[in-house]
Amino acid sequence: MAKRIDVSDLNIYYGNFLAVEGVNVSIEPRSITALIGPSGCGKSTFLRSINRMHEVIPGGRVEGKIVMDGQDLYGPDVDPVDVRRQIGMVFQRPNPFPTMSIYENVAAGIRLNAKKMKKSDLDDLVERSLRGANLWIEVKDRLNRPGAGLSGGQQQRLCIARAIAVEPDVLLMDEPASALDPISTLAIEDLMADLKERFTIVIVTHNMQQAARVSEQTGFFNLNGVGQPGRLIEFNPTEKIFSNPDEKATEDYISGRFG
Amino acid sequence: MSQISTASVATGGSAPSGPRRSERTGRLPNWALWACFAGAAVVVGALWPVFDLNIALFVLYTVVLGTLAVYLLTRTTEGSRRATDRLVTCLVVSAFGLAMVPLVSLVWEVVSRGAARLDGEFFSSSLVGIVGEGGGAYHAIMGTLIITALTTLISVPIGLMTAIFLVEYARGRLKRAITFMVDVMTGIPSIVAGLFAYALFAIFLGPGIRLGIMGAIALSVLMIPVVVRSAEEVLKLVPNELREASYALGVPKWRTIVKVVIPTAIAGLGTGVTLAIARVVGETAPLLITLGITNATNVNAFDSRMATLPVYAYYQLTQPGVPPQFATDRAWTAALVLIILVMGLNVVARFISRFFAPKSGR
Amino acid sequence: MSSTRTTPPSPAGTGRSVRRPGDRVFAGTAKGAGILILVILAGVAAFLVVEAVPALTAPAEDIPGDRGLAGYIAPLVFGTLLAAVIALLVATPLAVAIALFIAYYAPRRMAQGLGYLVDLLAAIPSIVYGFWGIFWLAPKLVPFYEWLERRLGFIPLFAGPASTTGRTMLTAGLVLAVMILPIVSAISREVFLQVPSLHREAALALGATRWEMIRMAVLPYGRSGVIGGSMLGLGRALGETMAVAIVLSVSGGITFNLISSGNPSTIAANIALEFPESSGIDINTLIASGLALFVITLAVNMLARAIVNRRADFSGAN
Repeated sequence: MAKRIDVSDLNIYYGNFLAVEGVNVSIEPRSITALIGPSGCGKSTFLRSINRMHEVIPGGRVEGKIVMDGQDLYGPDVDPVDVRRQIGMVFQRPNPFPTMSIYENVAAGIRLNAKKMKKSDLDDLVERSLRGANLWIEVKDRLNRPGAGLSGGQQQRLCIARAIAVEPDVLLMDEPASALDPISTLAIEDLMADLKERFTIVIVTHNMQQAARVSEQTGFFNLNGVGQPGRLIEFNPTEKIFSNPDEKATEDYISGRFG
Repeated sequence: MSQISTASVATGGSAPSGPRRSERTGRLPNWALWACFAGAAVVVGALWPVFDLNIALFVLYTVVLGTLAVYLLTRTTEGSRRATDRLVTCLVVSAFGLAMVPLVSLVWEVVSRGAARLDGEFFSSSLVGIVGEGGGAYHAIMGTLIITALTTLISVPIGLMTAIFLVEYARGRLKRAITFMVDVMTGIPSIVAGLFAYALFAIFLGPGIRLGIMGAIALSVLMIPVVVRSAEEVLKLVPNELREASYALGVPKWRTIVKVVIPTAIAGLGTGVTLAIARVVGETAPLLITLGITNATNVNAFDSRMATLPVYAYYQLTQPGVPPQFATDRAWTAALVLIILVMGLNVVARFISRFFAPKSGR
Repeated sequence: MSSTRTTPPSPAGTGRSVRRPGDRVFAGTAKGAGILILVILAGVAAFLVVEAVPALTAPAEDIPGDRGLAGYIAPLVFGTLLAAVIALLVATPLAVAIALFIAYYAPRRMAQGLGYLVDLLAAIPSIVYGFWGIFWLAPKLVPFYEWLERRLGFIPLFAGPASTTGRTMLTAGLVLAVMILPIVSAISREVFLQVPSLHREAALALGATRWEMIRMAVLPYGRSGVIGGSMLGLGRALGETMAVAIVLSVSGGITFNLISSGNPSTIAANIALEFPESSGIDINTLIASGLALFVITLAVNMLARAIVNRRADFSGAN
């Protein structure tokens, strides 16, 4: 299922403002790729352009190519909705649908798209997804309670279960643990290690230890100054980035000499 | 009055601490202020026989005198700044009290006069063949229900879709134009809306036309902007994160709106629509000139005149016939039913917003 | 806010994005509804003009009153403005005081309920205000009008003779004042509550009393909101129909005498009273007067919106 993503010469705009410039990168399937960098450097913007969420923002547009297993995601006859079905996303703040129960939240991807599915199959899917998100045991007795009643960490895992229930090829995570306490963060990190068996995972994080712990590849984004576009400075295996980076800027950032 | 204030000063001075806001000198206890008003009431009451007062003047003089006493008392004990502060407090509280006079007297008047005919016959019979006693407003109540239902059917889809367009789709000049026009529409006088509906139909169907649907269209002109405004406010409150969560699941935008945004906002939308209905259900002027009045029951909104409750009340009051008493009674009962209807809708609106709001078990 | 509309021209890759049929239909419907509102408003203006034209072109003696359209409408415009201005002058100070009471004086726990009570005034249908005005308020004001005539009769406003029914211009203005009170006070309350607590606390920290805090921090901040709110109230009062139609005793033309039984009617009330019995050119005349009312309220409301919105721009900067 997991697919590789090749990005070439990607420029990302907000209206006329060039936010990210010239990204070239290949993201390997069945691995975790971490994106790090200071605030405002465009790493989240880049992440959102992979599943065409960037253009949801008024004025948001991109130039360049993102190809997933030979399919050009920005091709002229590609429906962004189809792209998002193949590339799921987990957001910084847990955002379960407040009107839906835990069960309905997990089934949301199916139900909202009005896909026909037998009740028993849907039950299986919900259980499988919740198990996949390490949440099944905690919620199996209260599937009909509102999803918003869970703790923050549980809500985030519910959102992961919701994202994997539609069986995407790639899972994008935008600082998924930044709003969570350390215990919940650990649970999410363990979960990611399981998930990478099945999905290509790209994670944006502010937390360099987290990047070092979970990822195989790491990309470092930086910008030269306010108003300048962000750039992908370095993309290398995580061990190399954190031990012997090619670029001076990367080393400065990692060792805290940034700024 | 002077005795009272000196007495209060004496006791007030000895009491150690006092008012809620005792920042520095708080020397006057709360009860001293009340004592001023009580004293004023006693003084004015004593003067009642001398000046031939009535209850309104009694209250008025008491408040004026009491306020004056509070002002002077505070001025002598706590200084002029505090005195001005107290004076304003008295004025502001009196203003609120004054605003309650119409509300209370109006409700009292309508209930006491309208209760006489609040009987079964009022709700079950029309005015066909009624001269003098008896008769009811069945035809007018049916008319009001039908017209209101039609108005809602026209206004809610248009208003809701416009709100969705403004919040979810529109950008730039068209958005500004529509927002502005909705504002303008909010200010259209109800009688002008009635004239519009009349002019519209008169041009195509000839002058002198009266139809139920005309009234519904006139009321829609008044209701649509109310629905748009309230729906817009509520839709804006739906967090963007929920829309993004839905998009990220590969849900198309329109399904996101229908299945995520609207259900999340449903309580607010219901409240807004209910209040909009409450706003038009009592409208009289546009119906007066588009529906006219009849004595018989007509439930076909596309055929001839139709009675409605507000217009019924108006004609029963202004053209009562001889003797006028019976028609006047019916008019007051109709007014009472109208108020009950409007208040009921307001209560329902609050109920909706409280019980249908998304539950977060947190 | 969000949109699937992409990017105007963008070279590589991103063409005009594909839209599914469902999205296209739904977005089209929503846009259609929005445009329909523009059409309705244009329709209101257009149909009123079309139906008013016969009256605009008719010879003067065909218009009721034989003094031409201008001669017919002028006293009505005067009456409309007079009643609305009385309402405004009475309601604005009262509404500001009530707004202050609810925002800063009432006990916290009661404030919301008390605000709801004031809002209830807005929910009462206008015809019921008419009933209340003619049966309750008007008779109660008769002694007051007699007193005004006796003591202040030298002022033209109170020249009298005092009406024996109380159905005077002043009564109509007072009823309108009650009716617009909730809208003015609601908008004032809203702006008063938006005063940044920093400003208020700064004033209190200087040792200001509550009134001084309000005068220093709240009133300057809320001033344009109060003005805009009362303009909206004015717009409401100008178009108010049934209450005036029932309460006001109409006869005669332009006069500033507020307490007699000879008063000019208002445009809206005149239409309500005359329309059901009218036909032919009379109807066109009434519609022409309605057009005048439409234009007046439009101007007042646009001004009010401009004031309120300008305030919104300023508060956004804070």
